[in-house]
Amino acid sequence: MIRFDQVTKLYPGNTRPALNSVSLEILPGEFVFLVGASGSGKSSFLRLVLREEHPTRGQIHVLGQHLGKLSSRKVPYFRRNLGVVFQDFRLLPQKTVFDNVAFSLQVIGKSKGFIQEAVPDVLKMVGLAGKASRLPHELSGGEQQRVAIARAIVNKPSILLADEPTGNLDPSTSAGIMTLLERISAGGTTVIMATHDAGIVDQMKRRVIELISGQVVRDERQGGYLTQAVPVQRESDLYDAGTDIEAEVKR
Amino acid sequence: MRLGLILSEVGQGIRRNLSMVIAVVLVTFISLSFVGAAILLQMQIGQMKGYWYDRAQVAVYLCTEYVDSANCGQTEATAEQKAFVEQQLKTAPLASLISKYAFEDHEQAYEKYLEQFGETGESSFVTADFLPETFWVNLNNPEQSDALVERLSGLPGVEEVLDQREYLQPIFDALNVASYTAIGVAVLMLIAAVLLIATTIRLSAFSRRRELGIMRLVGASNRFIQTPFVLEGVVASLIGSILAGAAIVSLVHFFVQGYLNAVPGTTPYVGLTDALIVVPILLVVGVGLAAMSAAIAIRRYLRV
Repeated sequence: MIRFDQVTKLYPGNTRPALNSVSLEILPGEFVFLVGASGSGKSSFLRLVLREEHPTRGQIHVLGQHLGKLSSRKVPYFRRNLGVVFQDFRLLPQKTVFDNVAFSLQVIGKSKGFIQEAVPDVLKMVGLAGKASRLPHELSGGEQQRVAIARAIVNKPSILLADEPTGNLDPSTSAGIMTLLERISAGGTTVIMATHDAGIVDQMKRRVIELISGQVVRDERQGGYLTQAVPVQRESDLYDAGTDIEAEVKR
Repeated sequence: MRLGLILSEVGQGIRRNLSMVIAVVLVTFISLSFVGAAILLQMQIGQMKGYWYDRAQVAVYLCTEYVDSANCGQTEATAEQKAFVEQQLKTAPLASLISKYAFEDHEQAYEKYLEQFGETGESSFVTADFLPETFWVNLNNPEQSDALVERLSGLPGVEEVLDQREYLQPIFDALNVASYTAIGVAVLMLIAAVLLIATTIRLSAFSRRRELGIMRLVGASNRFIQTPFVLEGVVASLIGSILAGAAIVSLVHFFVQGYLNAVPGTTPYVGLTDALIVVPILLVVGVGLAAMSAAIAIRRYLRV
């Protein structure tokens, strides 16, 4: 489903790679947590999967496509197979809940009939059946994130990427979102979630990939947020991590 | 469905950006009006050339006893000299260039003179033998007058060989300068128009960057993202082009036809048919430039 071969990502003006020779494979239907400090490379990983960035070295295969060989013209069609959710929801403030979800179908040329059917279905699935005509600012944070998730999955993508989807939410709301993501995963969608939320990771007992300074330091099934065996950290690593956070902040 | 969506995006963009759109309309209007005026001037030059060159003749003036030049030496051209000049006109190599020629003697020249200037006080001093006898020559191709001038100028009894086109040249030069000036102004204005369209589209894209971000995220094709912006630029400049076309047509209708043609004269002026040829050119130029600059301006937002 997703395979990284020796992938290194260097951003211009930064000598330390955001991802350093990462090799891993994620299978269809897996639920994967991506954990690590800020600047450890989680977001770079997701951006590479989405092909918003090119790897400096190495190869990435997603859904059987070699991303390095995908022409720019085909990227939009590739992205229709991926759903993305962000910490800050990214809803259109002047559009209703229904229109926010419908928008993502309209712009890829779906018919009116399809939209009329698919949007209420997905809103029901995320638990917003009665709120289709609300505007985003009339909703709570958890509800807004549900709209964003509905938008991401309405086109039935094979992969759902979630970049700290619970980062802005309180624990009980987060739990609701996790239940929803679990349900989506149970439907066969591969879910990759970058997070800082130790409680969620520990509770879910799913595959955990931990990144430190762009390197995979841990990849375990049914893992927790913290590794049992403490990874060896040299002082230089810590120093580098510090500079990288600065770079991240600047960006 | 998609068309409706795209058009509603265009409408939204124009409403949101109204002042910039109006600026684009005005700048394209003015610049294309200059383009149209330049084209009309060139047409006018072409038409006048065609008209006058057909009528322009080469005059071979023969000596009179009042002319004191090397060829004449104050003696009237003799019958032999005249015969020799006519011989030249009738035989190769000149004969092939000439469509017809006519001889005008003193009396005929005097009649023509009276016809042109009337019996004023001065004309009473002019007598027939003041006016030179002349061969009026029509050429097949008016451009080839040089050969005639070269061949006949030095002959005894010939005072001067004059191509009447020389009288017209200053008029054409003036019209040419006017039309090049118009083209120069038009080019500057068009550069301004292109930059303005690009800026307008960037502003429009910036105000819709959330939508653009989501469109790219969910996999809207580049063409789908691009089209509303390109159309926005095209609509604005199309309005400007139509205004420019209307300006050109009314210029021809009211000024050229209504004012210039009202003055009696034989000069032919450009007509409405010419103006109607110019209008589609303006539309194509306006729309083409707008589409190009908008497409380039939006490209930055399409990078994946």
